Amino acid sequence: MKKLFVMLVPLLFLTGCSSSSTWGWYVINPMTASGWTNVKFLISGMGDTIVISLIAAVISIALGLVVALPGLAKHRGWRLLNRIYVEFVRSIPLLPMLFWVFYGLPIIFREMGLDIPIDPFWGAVITLALSDSAFTAEIFRAGIQSIARGQTEAAQTIGLNYLQTMRYVILPQAIRRILPPLANQFIYIVKMSAFASVIGMQELTRRANELVVTEYRPLEIYSLLILEYLVLVLVISAGVRWLERRLGSDERN
Amino acid sequence: MPAAAIELRSVNKWYDTFHVLKDIDLSVGSGEKTVICGPSGSGKSTVVRCINRLEEHQSGSIKVDGVELTNNPQSVAAIRSEVGMVFQQFNLFPHLSVLENLTLGPIKARGLSRQAAEERAMHYLERVKIPEQAKKRPGQLSGGQQQRVAIARSLCMEPKVLLFDEPTSALDPEMISEVLDVMVELAEDGMTMVVVTHEMGFARRVADQMIFMDGGEIVERGTPEEFFGAPRSVRCQKFLSQILQH
Ligand SMILES: Nc1ncnc2c1ncn2[C@@H]1O[C@H](COP(=O)(O)OP(=O)(O)OP(=O)(O)O)[C@@H](O)[C@H]1O
Ligand SMILES: [Mg+2]
Repeated sequence: MKKLFVMLVPLLFLTGCSSSSTWGWYVINPMTASGWTNVKFLISGMGDTIVISLIAAVISIALGLVVALPGLAKHRGWRLLNRIYVEFVRSIPLLPMLFWVFYGLPIIFREMGLDIPIDPFWGAVITLALSDSAFTAEIFRAGIQSIARGQTEAAQTIGLNYLQTMRYVILPQAIRRILPPLANQFIYIVKMSAFASVIGMQELTRRANELVVTEYRPLEIYSLLILEYLVLVLVISAGVRWLERRLGSDERN
Repeated sequence: MPAAAIELRSVNKWYDTFHVLKDIDLSVGSGEKTVICGPSGSGKSTVVRCINRLEEHQSGSIKVDGVELTNNPQSVAAIRSEVGMVFQQFNLFPHLSVLENLTLGPIKARGLSRQAAEERAMHYLERVKIPEQAKKRPGQLSGGQQQRVAIARSLCMEPKVLLFDEPTSALDPEMISEVLDVMVELAEDGMTMVVVTHEMGFARRVADQMIFMDGGEIVERGTPEEFFGAPRSVRCQKFLSQILQH
């Protein structure tokens, strides 16, 4: 406790140095006209945060599955491909990856004679999806490996090919088991989408930063920001619970 | 003499350096029933699993209905469509209903319509005497019922040969006979069967050919009369006296 305090004090001091040393909750008091305007401004970033995260999560899940499958192959070459992707991608910190995608990719595209502009929205989506896909791939691999070998063998003996076996026998069972870790990753994406503020996306964190600059009330504004992410995460959790019940992952077997 | 449904010629298989199958020769005529027994680890499962390519053999040849098993995916697919398999652990799909377990193969691998597949499924569920369980999940059934569903699932693919790998070993004693009864009926209807089992009553009743394996070799083979009456090898005599004590 004392340690935490010692760490927090300079932080409070630093962030608060442009404002006074007292609370100033009026900046986000919805009962006043100016406070309400501020709150509305902050909350209006919600849409971009949600859309960026959702699209990134969908791409990450699809990509993760595609990356996971060679990791389960008998052939060492395929497994090596999987390892290289996972180890490489999951080691890249998000911020440099974001710069690479946003500023680097267009240059590469141009050198290849392609004219594919990358706006902040897609820059953020691609970065989040790529970065997360390495983790999703590992979740899929573990989930598929946890399904007993006999299931694959039974599917083969009734004539199903590889893709049919995955689609109808293995994945429906694996999905129930990996839903909780996938939900974790989704929550992680939502929080990491804050990095999109760096390249100019008007999502939650960017709005908060902008308001801080004009209002000089970082503590109060970031408190509301934390609350906004909390609400998002709680909604996601409730959604995942509902999905788990529907898929029956809460029952044993 | 009818063409052999299954023909193994000096089949050898290694797991790394471990020689698990040694020069296996085996011929099963169409409509014949072969029972394989032997101590644990003798390679019984491996033989059966090689016949439908769940395992690969390294030398020798395996022919099913005249088609030789090679790495060619077409030969594997051709043979899998002729050969059904029933596992010790049932291996039913727990997320699907009994009916869906039975129709999955016919619909996806054979291209049957859902209606035709369901009619076929109900036909075979009646044959294994549990049509009333069609809507349940496998987890809601007893072990004996699950194994009968597994047999029906194989039959829905209308195979020419059925392989059984210790189909009653995971069952409580009171459920063994309900599964064996179904197997006896199948045998009487003329299905070609290769059965790994230690149920010697069943073997006496249906087997045309008895095989005893030990250490990866076929040590003894013959008709049930020869086999139970006067086993030639010491290993087989010892094995029989052990399991017949029960
Ligand atoms: N994947 C594998 N890798 C290495 N060794 C294996 C593998 N599968 C089986 N074996 C070995 O091969 C031998 C034969 O196995 P198999 O399962 O065919 O025996 P079994 O006669 O069916 O025995 P049981 O009555 O216990 O089922 C055993 O010694 C086993 O340990
Ligand atoms: Mg075995």
